[in-house]
Amino acid sequence: MYQVRLWTNRHARAMERLYNIFNPIILRLLRGTSKIFGHSLDKPVTLIEKATKSLFFDCQMCGNCVLSKTGMSCPMNCPKTIRNGPCGGVRANGMCEVKPKMRCVWVDAWEGSAKMKYGDEIKQVQFSVDHRQSGLSSWLKAARDE
Amino acid sequence: MNKVQDIVHPGDSVRILPGHVSHGRFERVLRAGHFAVTTEIAPPDSCDPEEVLKRARVFDGYVDAINATDGSGAHCHMSSLAVCAILTRFGYSPIIQISCRDRNRIAIQGDLLGAAALGVCNALSLTGDDVTAGDHPDAKPVFDLDSVSLLQTLKILRDEKRFLSGRPLESAPDLFLGSTINPFVPPVRNRVDQLAKKIEAGAQYIQSQYCFDIEMLKSFMKRAVDDGLTQNCFILIGVGVLASARTARWLRENVPGVHIPDIIISRLEGAEDQKTEGRNICVELMQQIKEIVGVSGIHVMAYRQEKYVAEVVRKSGVLAGRQPWAFNRLENDLRNK
Repeated sequence: MYQVRLWTNRHARAMERLYNIFNPIILRLLRGTSKIFGHSLDKPVTLIEKATKSLFFDCQMCGNCVLSKTGMSCPMNCPKTIRNGPCGGVRANGMCEVKPKMRCVWVDAWEGSAKMKYGDEIKQVQFSVDHRQSGLSSWLKAARDE
Repeated sequence: MNKVQDIVHPGDSVRILPGHVSHGRFERVLRAGHFAVTTEIAPPDSCDPEEVLKRARVFDGYVDAINATDGSGAHCHMSSLAVCAILTRFGYSPIIQISCRDRNRIAIQGDLLGAAALGVCNALSLTGDDVTAGDHPDAKPVFDLDSVSLLQTLKILRDEKRFLSGRPLESAPDLFLGSTINPFVPPVRNRVDQLAKKIEAGAQYIQSQYCFDIEMLKSFMKRAVDDGLTQNCFILIGVGVLASARTARWLRENVPGVHIPDIIISRLEGAEDQKTEGRNICVELMQQIKEIVGVSGIHVMAYRQEKYVAEVVRKSGVLAGRQPWAFNRLENDLRNK
């Protein structure tokens, strides 16, 4: 949902507020359910996370979510999956070098961050993804502090 | 002028000077406070080592280091590691370019240990062009790391003497680490922030994309200097030799990240001899770039124009009388010893 993703990014500040409200609630909820049900609810939780984040961010379920540190623009939508972008090939109109019809996700990331209260977190160096986490829930990972 | 200890004779004990991380000539020139000149070699589509040497010799006496490109433009050529290994055998000071496109973290770490074992002292971390830009668009793009996490990886190998996995190294690769920056494309405002991230990750020098827009460069450098970023990192600015207005247009439209203002193209079009004018533009840019505070050197990229590198460097006067290492100079020095 490219259009929704652009909208979300334009409203990065509002998304950050929602994130700050819902993140602790979701994590507390998941910690509780994990205690009671163990890993038996992992599948539906992962599906819910995937559905929500796919709608708003075109989430690729890398399992290493850093959305709050990348201006609410998912770096896994970059064709080079750069975690500290952008690359040097961005077009003069801010479009992607590889997909000329897509805005550079890292141009959006820096723009989104500028709108956010804690947007400076984009300046932290991110290491590459742990590919073992691909397809797994970032929410469950955070809830269980894995 | 203080003498640069840039000559390493075969048989000399190679030592790392205080405050240096490598025993390489390139780092020595920069740390001695000289204005450095680098260029890049186009690796051949052959397995003939003589071809590599032939391509390097045109730069003799005019450059402090030679970048060996790693499948530039996502085209397949001789590997940068092999080019560097050939060059170090003959005393050249190569910079191994490492792109994240073709290899994962296991392959890259192994290659870098190998490079250091073969006498390479400088590494340049790049994300790399996408496979779709090259002649094998059907290939699988890797991009396991990006240019910043690759710098972190190299720094860990060198400073922590271990692999990313934690497994210790018996000896660490003494590499002078660099990366690239493109201040001329969006998000222009954040390119300085990105530079800061690269320095934090381990970049000790930077080679920029082609600069054809002095005003943009000036504003970028001013912010970099104001943020103190040039204190711990040497910035080398890329310049190009344009063969004609047509080439300039082609570069602008087809090579990702190349920004050439209309004024440069119209100047080329208006010239009687476009080829000479392209070199004049390069010389003028080099002279203007040298005057900008915080700039430590020039990186001349002259694809298919390599034979003119010596000429533009000489005409620009950026070396201020200093003569970088040359194959013949080494032979002469040995003879006079």
